[in-house]
Amino acid sequence: MLETLTTFLFGRLSLESFPYHEPIVVATFFAVVLGGIALVAALSYFKLWGYLWTEWFTTVDHKRIGIMYMVLGLIMLLRGFADAIMMRAQQAIAFNGSEGYLNSHHFDQVFTAHGVIMIFFVAMPLVTGLMNYVVPLQIGARDVSFPFLNNFSFWMTVGGAVLIMASLFVGEFARTGWLAYPPLSGLEASPDVGVDYYIWALQVAGVGTTLSGINLICTIVKMRAPGMTMMKMPVFTWTSLCTNVLIVASFPILTAVLVLLSLDRYVGTHFFTNDMGGNPMMYVNLIWIWGHPEVYILILPCFGIFSEVTSTFTGKKLFGYTSMVYATVVITILSYLVWLHHFFTMGSGASVNSFFGITTMIISIPTGAKIFNWLFTMYRGRIRFELPMMWTIAFMLTFVIGGMTGVLLAVPPADFVLHNSLFLIAHFHNVIIGGVLFGLFAGIYYWWPKAFGFRLDPFWGKMSFWFWVIGFYFAFMPLYVLGLMGVTRRLRVFEDPSLQIWFQIAAFGAVLIALGIGSFLIQIAVSVLKRRQLVDVSGDPWDGRTLEWATSSPPPGYNFAFTPVIHDNDAWWDMKKRGYARPLDGFRPIHMPSNTGTGVILAGISTVLGFALVWHIWWLAAVSFVGLLAVAINHTFNYNRDFHIPVDEVVRTESERTRLLSGQV
Amino acid sequence: MTTTVEAMHDRHVGHDTPRGATPPVFYVRDEHAHEAASTALGFWIYLMSDCLIFAVLFATYGVLGTSYAAGPTPKELFDLPLVALNTSMLLLSSITYGFAMLAMEKGRTGQTQAWLFITLLFGLAFLGIELFEFAHLIHEGAGPWRSAFLSSFFTLVGTHGLHVTFGSVWLVTLMVQVARRGLIPANRRRLMCLSMFWHFLDVIWIGVFTFVYLMGALR
Repeated sequence: MLETLTTFLFGRLSLESFPYHEPIVVATFFAVVLGGIALVAALSYFKLWGYLWTEWFTTVDHKRIGIMYMVLGLIMLLRGFADAIMMRAQQAIAFNGSEGYLNSHHFDQVFTAHGVIMIFFVAMPLVTGLMNYVVPLQIGARDVSFPFLNNFSFWMTVGGAVLIMASLFVGEFARTGWLAYPPLSGLEASPDVGVDYYIWALQVAGVGTTLSGINLICTIVKMRAPGMTMMKMPVFTWTSLCTNVLIVASFPILTAVLVLLSLDRYVGTHFFTNDMGGNPMMYVNLIWIWGHPEVYILILPCFGIFSEVTSTFTGKKLFGYTSMVYATVVITILSYLVWLHHFFTMGSGASVNSFFGITTMIISIPTGAKIFNWLFTMYRGRIRFELPMMWTIAFMLTFVIGGMTGVLLAVPPADFVLHNSLFLIAHFHNVIIGGVLFGLFAGIYYWWPKAFGFRLDPFWGKMSFWFWVIGFYFAFMPLYVLGLMGVTRRLRVFEDPSLQIWFQIAAFGAVLIALGIGSFLIQIAVSVLKRRQLVDVSGDPWDGRTLEWATSSPPPGYNFAFTPVIHDNDAWWDMKKRGYARPLDGFRPIHMPSNTGTGVILAGISTVLGFALVWHIWWLAAVSFVGLLAVAINHTFNYNRDFHIPVDEVVRTESERTRLLSGQV
Repeated sequence: MTTTVEAMHDRHVGHDTPRGATPPVFYVRDEHAHEAASTALGFWIYLMSDCLIFAVLFATYGVLGTSYAAGPTPKELFDLPLVALNTSMLLLSSITYGFAMLAMEKGRTGQTQAWLFITLLFGLAFLGIELFEFAHLIHEGAGPWRSAFLSSFFTLVGTHGLHVTFGSVWLVTLMVQVARRGLIPANRRRLMCLSMFWHFLDVIWIGVFTFVYLMGALR
């Protein structure tokens, strides 16, 4: 009787679900709890809750939402990196009969969590955050097309991250690898809650990603300032457009395939089972039809960042703007025609493999065109080696290596030898760290002064840069060597003692990267303390070329007092060159969307719903589902969603900027 | 400082002004309303993303549709007259929704509401027949867990049914909102979105009817 009641109330959740007998997890748990209590206490002491709620959590301002995405991405980077360094340490010591310090139960969770977190909750939020912050400014808009949806999307991403973090302390995470291939992720091989956490974390976050994709497409298509034709858009906006098209055209596939997997697990259907007609390889096909575009979703905006940075810091117009745009579009299309190269060994035969091998190699052509465009932009330019430019040059050198190993892997016979090996691991870290992460750092350094009105401290930035870049080479070049020797991925212990030195070098590299991350955090702290020295009142610290530099730093809530008119694709450069005079009077009230807490509430309920489904707490799932519908419907009854910023306030903001600008010599 | 009219005028002239001449105007003082047009585009893009979910389910059915696992086949299971009745319910609901939109264009609130209500009845009839069919199949031992074919059949058809269910909830919500506020621009925009959604489900159903039921019965 009691058992029936507890099962009804808590589903599969019991005291045994809490890993209190695992010292590492318990220590982490207490660290997190103590940190959490300290944070909550500090926020309460300084009475910041109201401020956070009204100014940040409920905001519909694309700039604040962008900053919150960045904060989420950086926090999750710490978690994802903790997983990485645990793996590196384990593999460096698990030789000569040593089992290392992680048992297989944990090691498998660690590598799965590392991949999932780094892609979905680090790279995606950072990319989305930059797009959210920069795109509306670059196109001279006041906000995105659907500001409420933007807030909701962000909180759904947070909801997914919360679920994945919960799996650390309540239950466990998947032990399947980051794409959760069946039959391993099916009910028979993984009956516990790990895969369910995986599914619901990605589903909750995926809703947010898809909606934010739709939102940004509409923003770019519909809200450009007058005069900005498609071929006058800044390159970052172009790459963002292509990325969001990819998001909308690929995330529904992830949603659908995860639904099918969950039906297999919850209802007992036979999509991916080994018996009753199921076909596990169909999962692998479907998930890579999402998965391959996903890597271009991450890299394309970074290509845009490098384009902006290169032309700004060489003081020249971007070389080959048109070819850059076409290269981006071609990559967007081709990214849908290559998914099968992730499983050449499936056995689809020589013809199919050749087709996908060739399409894969073709992608290197537009990508190579981009590299040459950046090089020709730099050629005879007056290059300023500020931090964003340093990251860009490190990217060009590193990414070319990763690209070439990628073309190597695209050759099906070579792939039969190298697939599932550490060579592959080295390749994709080479392009994701050397491309996406370096790009994100370039973007963060480039746009930080725009977002906060002061630059980041260059000394600690350079420390971070060199630790990261050198650390990257130490950490991943040994994996190429090991991969060529035939070492497969995801191994916990090793037999051959001659391999150990390479793993030790890789672990050393991971330590260097840890120092790089540490320097970055110190840099932010130091820069905040020294913000008076690093201040920029001009709004244009780098002598920029695109519209975001035309307004103040940080920009006012309405971005531009008057909508700009564009005559050239380097709009702000054009304005500066042709004697643009900032308007000083004639301001009008500005129509803006109102803040709302509905996004936070809906995402919170969705997270509870996900948790209830993970643990089979059906009553809670039903209640939260009904709650979700009720809140959503209730929200549609609110017709007053906007307000006008009064003229006085606009005048006050703008004259403050006039005062700051005139104080400058 | 130029006035608005001059600014707009300059904007057109300024575009072709050669360098060195009087600087062109770099800003407009007039606000531009974007919201309505953005909503239509955004909703279209959402529908296309939803279409991709159905594409996955159709592809899955295409791959697994003949994996009977020694269980029942479409020919044994499908009751074409029932499906024809069901299809006509959905098609009629699309027509009546169209009438509701025509009434909306003429600004006739009562007529719009009446047609919306008839649409709802057809939608509910469709759902009722579908649930009856599902119950019947499960009762005969042909539930979604019986074979991969039945898994993909139930998921494809069921996902469509789920969409019709949500559409019906939405329809009721909109009827309440029209009753409260009349055919104001916001409500017209919402009715237009639901109209696209409803017709979209019709198109999907035609795919289901052809690809699953008719071709299944031929197999």
